[in-house]
Amino acid sequence: MSYLPKAMLLIAVLGLAACNNPDRFGAGGPNAGMNGAGGIDSTGLGADDPRSVAYFQQTLGDRVFFAVDQSTLSDEARATLMGQAQWLNINSDYALIVEGHADEQGTRQYNLALGARRASAAQNFLVSQGVASNRIRTVSYGKERPIEVCSTEECYSRNRRAVTVLSMGAGS
Amino acid sequence: MTYQSPFGLLLALGLAFGGLCSAPAMAQNGPLRIEITEGVIEPLPFALPDFVAENGGGGEYAANIARVIASDLTGTGLFREIPASAHIARVDSFDAPVAYADWKAINAQALVTGAVSASGDRIVVKFRLFDVFSGQQMGEGLQFAGTPQSWRRMAHKVADAVYSRITGEGAYFDSRVVFVAESGPKNERAKRLAVMDYDGANVQFLTDSRSLVLAPRFSPTGDRILYTSYQSGFPKIYLMDVASVQSRALGDQPGTMTFAPRFAPDGRTVVFSLEQGGNSDLYTVDTASGALGRLTNAPSIETAPDYSPDGSEIVFESDRSGTQQIYVMAAGGGEPRRLSNGPGRYSTPVWSPRGDLIAFTKQNDGRFHIGVMRVDGSEERLLTASFLDEGPTWAPNGRVIMFTRETAGAGGQSSLYSVDITGRNLRPVGSTGAASDPSWSPLLP
Repeated sequence: MSYLPKAMLLIAVLGLAACNNPDRFGAGGPNAGMNGAGGIDSTGLGADDPRSVAYFQQTLGDRVFFAVDQSTLSDEARATLMGQAQWLNINSDYALIVEGHADEQGTRQYNLALGARRASAAQNFLVSQGVASNRIRTVSYGKERPIEVCSTEECYSRNRRAVTVLSMGAGS
Repeated sequence: MTYQSPFGLLLALGLAFGGLCSAPAMAQNGPLRIEITEGVIEPLPFALPDFVAENGGGGEYAANIARVIASDLTGTGLFREIPASAHIARVDSFDAPVAYADWKAINAQALVTGAVSASGDRIVVKFRLFDVFSGQQMGEGLQFAGTPQSWRRMAHKVADAVYSRITGEGAYFDSRVVFVAESGPKNERAKRLAVMDYDGANVQFLTDSRSLVLAPRFSPTGDRILYTSYQSGFPKIYLMDVASVQSRALGDQPGTMTFAPRFAPDGRTVVFSLEQGGNSDLYTVDTASGALGRLTNAPSIETAPDYSPDGSEIVFESDRSGTQQIYVMAAGGGEPRRLSNGPGRYSTPVWSPRGDLIAFTKQNDGRFHIGVMRVDGSEERLLTASFLDEGPTWAPNGRVIMFTRETAGAGGQSSLYSVDITGRNLRPVGSTGAASDPSWSPLLP
C-alpha cells in the first residue's frame, strides 16, 4: 500500500478516534479547531453547517447498522447512505474509507470477512448513488474495534456497522 | 499406546484416547456431549529430588531445572509430584544406587534423578528415570548439553523424555508459542506479536503496538511466522523471519484484504483468504516466487484454511450453506466435502499433526466451544464451553490444544488456555497477561 499517502492514513486514524467520540468535531467544543495538523480542520464549522464534516457525521449519520451475521442494507441504512451520497456528490473534494465492523459474537477471521462484506455493501450503494468508485476504499476491522464494550445485544447492534470516514483528497 | 507402561493401569487408562473415541457410549446417533473437565483419573505420583550439582557452577541450576521438569509433568494433569518434604531418601550422587524401598514407602511410582554441571559457556544436564515398584531403571540415562541461557530448554527436554517413556506419546514441552499480546480497553485494544515457551516463560515481543496484528502462525520448522497486520492501514499478510525479526508483505494485491494465512507442510506454499469486493476466497502464494493460485471461487466466505499433515488436503470454513461449516478439499482446489454436521456453526478447523483429528471452534446456543472430530467429520467431541473460546492450535504431539478464551462485558479480556484432547486438564497458560491467537511451534530440534 505504498501508494497510499501518509496523510490519508493519519486521517484514517483520526477518523477512528472520532468513532469513539461522535462529538469530537462538534462546534464550540473543546476540540474545535484542534485537528488541523494533517487532519480535518473543522474550525468554525458545526453540525448545523451543511458543508461541515460534523454535519456529515452527526446530522446525516456516518454509519449504518446491520442485523446479526448479515450484510444486507436495511431501508434505514439505505436512507442514511442516500444522504451521504448526496453530500459527497456536492462535497467532491473528500475521499472516503468505508470501515466494516462486526460484533464480538464470532471468530476472528470470519468477522474480518463479514466486516468486508458490510463495507462493500455500503460502498456499492454509494457508487450506485453516483459517488465515484475511485473516491472510496474499504477496510474491515472485524470484531477488533467495537464502539460499545458491553456484551449484550444493545451494544452488539451498534457494533455491527459500516462507518464512512472522510478524508481530504478525492481520488488519491 | 504403543509403549506398554510398567506403571500399571491408571495412567494407561487415562491415555487410551483411541479407546475413548470408539467406546459404545459414543454411538454416532447419540447426543453430542461435553467431556467433563474435572480430573477423573488418578495422576501418577512421582518424586523428583533437586538435581545434583556436580560442580560449583551447577548449583545455580540444580534446583531450577528440577522445578521446570516437575512443572511440565504436573501440568499435564497426568502426574502428581510427591513434595521433597516427604522424601526419605536423599540423592547426593547421580550414580549412587537407588533406595527403592524409601521411594516405595512414600508411594512414588516414578523417580527422576539428575545432575548438572556448568563450566564456562556450557552446562551439561543428565537424568535417569526409574520405575520404583518394579525396581528398575526405565530406558537409558540421557545427557543434554548447551549454553547456560538454554537451561529451561534442557529441563523441557528431560521432561519430554520422561513423559514420552511413561505415556508412549510424542514429546511437546520443548516448544514455543507465537501469540498476540494484548493491552488496553476493549474498544482500543493494542496488540503485539510475541513468542514464549509453551509454558508461558521467556516472553519476547516481535512487534510494537503501533499496528494492529492478528492470528500469527508458525512455519513447519518454526523459523518464520505468518501474520496479518494493519501497518499499511489495511489488513495484509506479512511473513516474518524469527531470527532477524524482519517482515515483508506477502501476496499483496492492491485493493484487497488478505488474511488467515497458513503454511503448507512444504514450508514454501501459503494458503490464505483474499477479499475483493466484499467476497473472500482461498488462494495460495508461493513464498519464493510470489506466484498466486486461486483455490475457491464462490460468493460465500471461505476462510481459516489449514493443510493436512501430508499436504494433500485443505480443511477450511465456509458459509456457503448459510452458516459457517467445515469443509475439506484437495490441496489444489476442487469440489469441497462438508465435514461438520451438528447443530450450530463450525469454524477455525486445524488438522492434528498426527493426522487423526481436526480441532475446531463451535458456536451453539450462545456458547462457544473448542472441539475435535475425526477427519471424516464423525465422532465430534466438545472439550470446552464458555462465553467465547476460539482458535485452537495443536501441541506438536497432537494430544493437547491451546486456544483463546475471552470473558464477557466491558472489562472482557482474552487469555490463553490449554486442554487435552479428552477434555481434561483445562488450564490457563503461564501468566502472559491478556493474550490471544496462539500458534504452537513444532518440537524444537
